[in-house]
Amino acid sequence: MRFNIPGLVVAAFVLAACSSTGDDSANSGSTGASSASSGGNQTATAPTGPKPGTQQDLEVNIGDRVFFAFDKSNLTADSRTVVERWAAWLKTYPANKVVIQGNTDERGTREYNLALGERRADSARDYLVSLGVDSNRVKIVSFGKERPAVPGSNESAWAQNRRAVVVINAN
Amino acid sequence: MMMTAPPVRTLFAVLAVLLFTAPLTLPARAELTVDITQGNIEPLPIAVPNFIASDDVARRFSIDIAQVISDNLERSGLFRPIDKQAFISQPQSLGVNPRFANWKPLNAQALVVGEVNIEPNGALRASFRLWDVFAENQMTGLSLTTTQANWRRVAHIISDTIYERITGEAGYFDTRIVYIAENGPSDRRVKRLSIMDQDGANHRFLTDGKTLVLTPRFSPTQQEITYLAYFNDQPRVYLFNIDTGEQELLGDFPGMTFAPRFSPDGDSVIMSFAEGGNSDIHVMDLRTRRVRRLTDNPAIDTGASYAPDGRKIVFESDRGGSQQLYVMNSDGGGQQRISFGDGRYGTPVWSPRGDLIAFTKIFRGTFHIGVMRPDGSGERLLTRGFLVEGPTWAPNGRVLMFFRQEKSDARGLGGTPRLFSIDLTGFNERELGTPVGGSDPAWSPGPLRQ
Repeated sequence: MRFNIPGLVVAAFVLAACSSTGDDSANSGSTGASSASSGGNQTATAPTGPKPGTQQDLEVNIGDRVFFAFDKSNLTADSRTVVERWAAWLKTYPANKVVIQGNTDERGTREYNLALGERRADSARDYLVSLGVDSNRVKIVSFGKERPAVPGSNESAWAQNRRAVVVINAN
Repeated sequence: MMMTAPPVRTLFAVLAVLLFTAPLTLPARAELTVDITQGNIEPLPIAVPNFIASDDVARRFSIDIAQVISDNLERSGLFRPIDKQAFISQPQSLGVNPRFANWKPLNAQALVVGEVNIEPNGALRASFRLWDVFAENQMTGLSLTTTQANWRRVAHIISDTIYERITGEAGYFDTRIVYIAENGPSDRRVKRLSIMDQDGANHRFLTDGKTLVLTPRFSPTQQEITYLAYFNDQPRVYLFNIDTGEQELLGDFPGMTFAPRFSPDGDSVIMSFAEGGNSDIHVMDLRTRRVRRLTDNPAIDTGASYAPDGRKIVFESDRGGSQQLYVMNSDGGGQQRISFGDGRYGTPVWSPRGDLIAFTKIFRGTFHIGVMRPDGSGERLLTRGFLVEGPTWAPNGRVLMFFRQEKSDARGLGGTPRLFSIDLTGFNERELGTPVGGSDPAWSPGPLRQ
């Protein structure tokens, strides 16, 4: 019996609530809870940090998103570094599957942005798979301009919304 | 996948009979007409007094029907209903000529005289005559029998008859709008498939908002809607049956399908399928379920819309480096770019008259709604804004609806989209009130045929 587990779950929930932005980490809570209840294969960490291999771990320690220029889907040098960390992380946790969610800012038409979001997610997946991650572990979905991470109609919000986000696939 | 939602009852049949009377006087001057092709015209003064009621049950309808007609005509921008307070007299009988002398001082060019009766079986019978006040002759007349619940449709059909007789163009009042109702801040917005009459009445939410839904379009029979839904976070094209609320997944694609539209004969749905960062246009035959690929290009090809004769398709593609409009044959052959102006072009929609294509244009950060001929010539921008998007045509090809969205603030507020209509001439832009915000309007292809 490990009495620190309930405390760990609570901590994970609180952290998820703080770092959540929009729909991207909608299943962060449940992911944290299920990893915790399964006991995990890692040694218990301090209750203040995210449990390794979880969505919170991705968000806090790895970086769960990459950003794109307006109407572009190519990965920048910085973005490639982030995707390389995703690849390493997925090799460390071979049971994890992920969905890459592609998103756009609001400065385009709805259907075009659905396609552009798909293109961005695919661009990230492509690089991830080229780094040796099994393509069966990586799904993609586009939300177009429908799920902004940051509300507001200004350059700063738009830059943060032109993104691909990696989310642990609970299915 | 089958799911159910609250059914929407279809309307009962409307029995219509033309009312003929021998003209009592010969036309003494040119016919009363409104030419709606000429931009900002002076609206025609028209008097729409309360209909004559046979009894107390009919009285409510007699007032409400006149009001709906008056509102329809006013909203079209082509008519100016005269304030009822100014009326000198009320029509007392449908069977005799009106006292034109009482309407001329109001400068009423046209007069609508109507009557409502409740039949012994409870059916509602509404009759009306449209009079040219200064020529003192009847322009048209109609008698309609239907259920009492159908009274709004009666008012819309009468409005269409008046509009057609005076403008020479088909009316568009007995029509519906399917659209996406939106509420909540921009980063937590709830979107629901919704339907309403063209004037906003009889509004219904068709989905519960738990699933993201987008871009609905009517089938030609109006019994079905094709749209994009994110069941299980998988964006796919579905068919939604309006009567039963049942939904059906279209096709077995390994990735996102989106941007669906019916073919004009209703036999197939054209849509985009995205795979590996590449979106191409496909068409599915709804009977055989066979899918045919129409574009094969590494670019984003989407937003396909058929010409009314079904022979051509307009779509958008960024194959040339930026989002532009292209036309192809219905078999995918003869792909040709038609938009060459500055900026990006998307969401093309072929006019039901075949003569124009409406689109969204983004130029220097501003969005526009515009039209061009199918060969790309004659581009004309009708309205602009921080975001205006997604035009849809009224079935007469004279009026467009679209959605408009302002900037949202740091809390995601202020940017809720709203529906607007505008004349093809660029005048008479008006908001269509909805219970919450609205986007992606699609006008029904005509009146319900039943």
